[in-house]
Amino acid sequence: MAEKLIKTILDNGLKVMLKEIHSAPIITHWVWYRVGSRNEIPGLTGISHWVEHMQFKGTPKYPAGVLDKEISRDGGYWNAFTYIDWTAFYTTMPADKIWLPIDLEADRMQNSLYLPEEVDSERTVIISEREGSENEPMFRLEEAIAKAAFMHHPYGVEVIGEKEDLLKISRDDLFRYYRSYYAPNNAVLAMAGDFNAEKMLDHLKKVYQDIPAREIPDSKIKPEGFIQGEKRVEISGPGDVTYLNIVWRAPQGSSRDFFPLVILDSILTGPRSLNMFGGGSIPNKTSRLYRSLVESQIAVAFSGDYVASIDPYLFTISVIMNPDHSVTEALDVIDSEIQRIKDGDIQESELQRAAKQARALFAYGCDNITNQGYWLGYSEMFDSYSWFENFVSSLEKVSKEDVINIANQYLGKNQRVIGVYTPSSSETSHMEGEMTDEFA
Amino acid sequence: MNSHNSLPGPDDILREELPNGIVVLARANFASPSVAISGYMPCGSILDPAEKTGLCGFLSACLMRGTASHDFFQIYNQIESSGASLNFNASTHSVLFSGRSLSEDLAMILELIAEVLKSPTFPETHIEQIRSQILASLSIRSQSTQDMAEVIFDRELFGAHPYGRDDAGTPDSIRSINQEDMLRFHSDYFGPKGMVICVVGGVEPAEAVQQVRNAFASWTKETVQFPSFDNLPMVQNPNKLKKVHLEIAEKSQMDLIIGGIGPERKSPFFQAAQVGNCILGQFGMMGRIGKIVRDDHGLAYYAGSNLNSSLLSGSWEVSAGVNPKNRKKASELIIAELKRFVDSPVSLEELEDVKSYYIGRLPLDMENNAGVVYYLLNMERYSLGLNYYRDYENLIRSVTAEDVLSTARKYLDPERLLIVSAGTKNG
Repeated sequence: MAEKLIKTILDNGLKVMLKEIHSAPIITHWVWYRVGSRNEIPGLTGISHWVEHMQFKGTPKYPAGVLDKEISRDGGYWNAFTYIDWTAFYTTMPADKIWLPIDLEADRMQNSLYLPEEVDSERTVIISEREGSENEPMFRLEEAIAKAAFMHHPYGVEVIGEKEDLLKISRDDLFRYYRSYYAPNNAVLAMAGDFNAEKMLDHLKKVYQDIPAREIPDSKIKPEGFIQGEKRVEISGPGDVTYLNIVWRAPQGSSRDFFPLVILDSILTGPRSLNMFGGGSIPNKTSRLYRSLVESQIAVAFSGDYVASIDPYLFTISVIMNPDHSVTEALDVIDSEIQRIKDGDIQESELQRAAKQARALFAYGCDNITNQGYWLGYSEMFDSYSWFENFVSSLEKVSKEDVINIANQYLGKNQRVIGVYTPSSSETSHMEGEMTDEFA
Repeated sequence: MNSHNSLPGPDDILREELPNGIVVLARANFASPSVAISGYMPCGSILDPAEKTGLCGFLSACLMRGTASHDFFQIYNQIESSGASLNFNASTHSVLFSGRSLSEDLAMILELIAEVLKSPTFPETHIEQIRSQILASLSIRSQSTQDMAEVIFDRELFGAHPYGRDDAGTPDSIRSINQEDMLRFHSDYFGPKGMVICVVGGVEPAEAVQQVRNAFASWTKETVQFPSFDNLPMVQNPNKLKKVHLEIAEKSQMDLIIGGIGPERKSPFFQAAQVGNCILGQFGMMGRIGKIVRDDHGLAYYAGSNLNSSLLSGSWEVSAGVNPKNRKKASELIIAELKRFVDSPVSLEELEDVKSYYIGRLPLDMENNAGVVYYLLNMERYSLGLNYYRDYENLIRSVTAEDVLSTARKYLDPERLLIVSAGTKNG
C-alpha cells in the first residue's frame, strides 16, 4: 500500500512529518521535544520528567482534567514519555476526532499553567513513582551502575532524578525549564494515519505557525569516551536472587558503529526491537549466550540492551543468576563468548539471520499506526528519519569484519562496569511474611 | 474510512469448524506483510492436581523444548531464523499460544504449533532448566509488593474455590512436578476438540483456514473428559471488613488492593459492571479513584480499579501503590469513594463519557493484528457471535445509571470489603 510522506519545517522552526496510512480510521499525533535528562544539571535532576507530568496539569483554555476527559470520551488514548534525550507526547484518536488533540498540544506548547498547588501535589506523585522503582532490585542496580559508568555526563543519573532534588525543585524551576525547552524550534511534530497529508499540513500551519520560536539553551554537554578501567559496583538488598549487569560504552545512534553493534548484540543475546513502544519481539533461545549461560544452568535468564542515543550511552548485558552458581562463572562465560567474536568466529549465516530478524521486527511494528508516529519522531531525535528508512539495508551491509572490530573496540575488559546485586539474606519473605488483622 | 466498517463482522471474519472440532477464525489485514496467530485449548491450571499447583504453567513452558520430530534447538532455530515468535503459556482455563511471523512463514508456524501440541516430549534436562527459571521467578515475585498483594487478595477472596489458588504454584509444588506429571496431563487433556485458532494479517482468510487445515486435520482424539465444575465452593465477600497485610522487608512503596467479588464474564451484570468500573477507576486518569488519590491528594503514582471477569466468577478491585505512611489515608479515601459509588447513581455526564469512550476505543484497540486477534478470541471464548463488535455500540448505549448502581450494590459492599496490603509497614 503506497504511503505518502511529507517532511517540512514551518517558519517558526517546527519540523513536521506526516505519513498517510489508510489501513484503519485512526490518526496518531506526536510532539517530540529535544529535551530529556541529558539536559539536566546537578540539583535539578528529574526536572525533565516532572515537566512532562506538569504538561498534563492544564492551560487556561484546557484546565486540568478537561484534557483527559476530552481525549478519553472519544475513545482516544494519550500519554507521554521522558527519556535521556527527549520528551514525547502522543495521542491516538479515531480519525474524525483528531482536531481537538492537535489544538491542545499546540496550546500546551506555550500556555501551561504550572499552578503551585499542582506542583506540590505532583511532587508526591513523582516521589511515589520513584519509590515504586526503588522496590525493584534491578532499578537499584542500574542506578548505581549508571553513576559509575559516567564521570560527568548527565546520562549517569536516572531519568526519574535524585530524591533529594525531587524534594527541592520549585515551581519556578519547573516553569523556567518549560519555557526554555518547549518551543517549536526544539520540537518535531509527527503524525501518521488516515488523513490527507496536504490538507493536514494546511491545518497544522494554522494551529502551530504562530507559536513563537525561542532561544534554546546550549547545554554544552560533552560526550564521554570509553569507561576507564574495570569498575565494580556491589549492592545488596532484600530477596534471594542475585543479579549481574555488565555495561560498556556504546556508540551513539548516528554513529557508523551503531549497526555492527546491533548485529553483534543479535548474535550474542538475541534480536530486539528498538521501539520502546512495543512492536514485537523474537525469542533469544538460539543466541550464543542462551546456549552457554542458560542451557548450562549458570543463569536462569539474561538480556542485552542498547539504545539509539544522541551521545555514546551504554551496552548492557543483564543476567539473573541461578542460585547454585557464582557471578564469576557467568562473567567467564560472557567473556569467553565475546572473545569468540573478537577472534572472528562468526558465520555469514548469522549475519543474514540477524538482518532477516530486523526486517521481521520492522514489519511487526508497521501494522500499528501509533508505532509509525513513534518512528517518525524518534529517529529525528538522534539522527533523521532516513536512519529509520535505511535501517534494514544498513544492517545488511554490516560485514563480519565490522562486527569483529566493534567487539574489539567497545567490549574490552578494561572499559566496563560490573555490577552485582546480592541478596542481603538467604531468608525469603515469600508467603512467610507476617500477617496481621489490625493493619491497613 | 468509517470506524464502524473497520470493526470485524460476519462479512470479513471467516469462521470454520474443522471435522476434528478445531474452530478457525481468520481475517485479512494487508497493512504489513506479517500475521498474528493466537489461540487456546480449553485446559488450564484449574485442572492442576491440588498438590501439584503450577503444573499446567510449567508444562506449557516446556512444550517447545522438544517433540517427537525435533529437538529444542531445531525448533527455535526454525522460529528465530525466520524472525518469528511463538509462545505457550497457561491461564486458569486454557493453554494459550501466540505468535507472529512474516506472512510467507505462516505455514511453518502453524505446522510447528500443531507438532508441539500433538507430540511434546518434555525432555528431562529442559524440565530442570525451566524448573530453575520458575523458582527464580517465584523468588523475584515474592519481592514484588504489587504481585504479592494480588496473590493474597485472590487467596483471601476466593478461598477454596479454584480461583483462590495461585496458578504459578509454590516452590514446593514446582519442585515436586516431574515428566510423568506432564505426560499424564497432556494425555488426559490435550486434544483438538474445543481448540480455537485465530489468524489475522497479510493472508487471505480462505488461505489462512486452508493452512490451518493442512497443519491440524490429521489430529484426532476421542473427546476429552474434563472434571465437572458444577459443585465448586460458593464465593462471597467477607462477612465484615477484612484486613490482611503481607510484610515484605525494605520496600519504599506499599501496594493496596481493596475490593470484593465481581461478575463472571457471561453474567447479565457484566456490561453494567464494566461501565461502572470505568467511571470508578479507569476513565481518563483512572476515573474517580485516580482523581481523589492521585490528582487531589498526590498519594500515589498509580491508583485505579479493575474488573476481572472470568468464566466462573470474578473480582472487582481498587488498587494503589502508596508510601507506607499514606496507607491509612489512601484506604480511607478509597473506601469513601466506594461508599459514594454504591450510595448514589453515577451522573449522566459520567455515563455518557464512558459510553462514548468504549465506542470510540474499539477501533483503536484493533489497530494492529494482535489487537484484532485478542478480540476475535474473546468473541469465540464467550460465544458472543460474529456480529458482537458491530452491535457493541447498541449494547453499551443500553446501560443506564440505575443498572450501574444496582450492579455496584450487588457486588461492592463497603462494610464487607477485603483490604490487602503488601510492603513494609514502617518503610
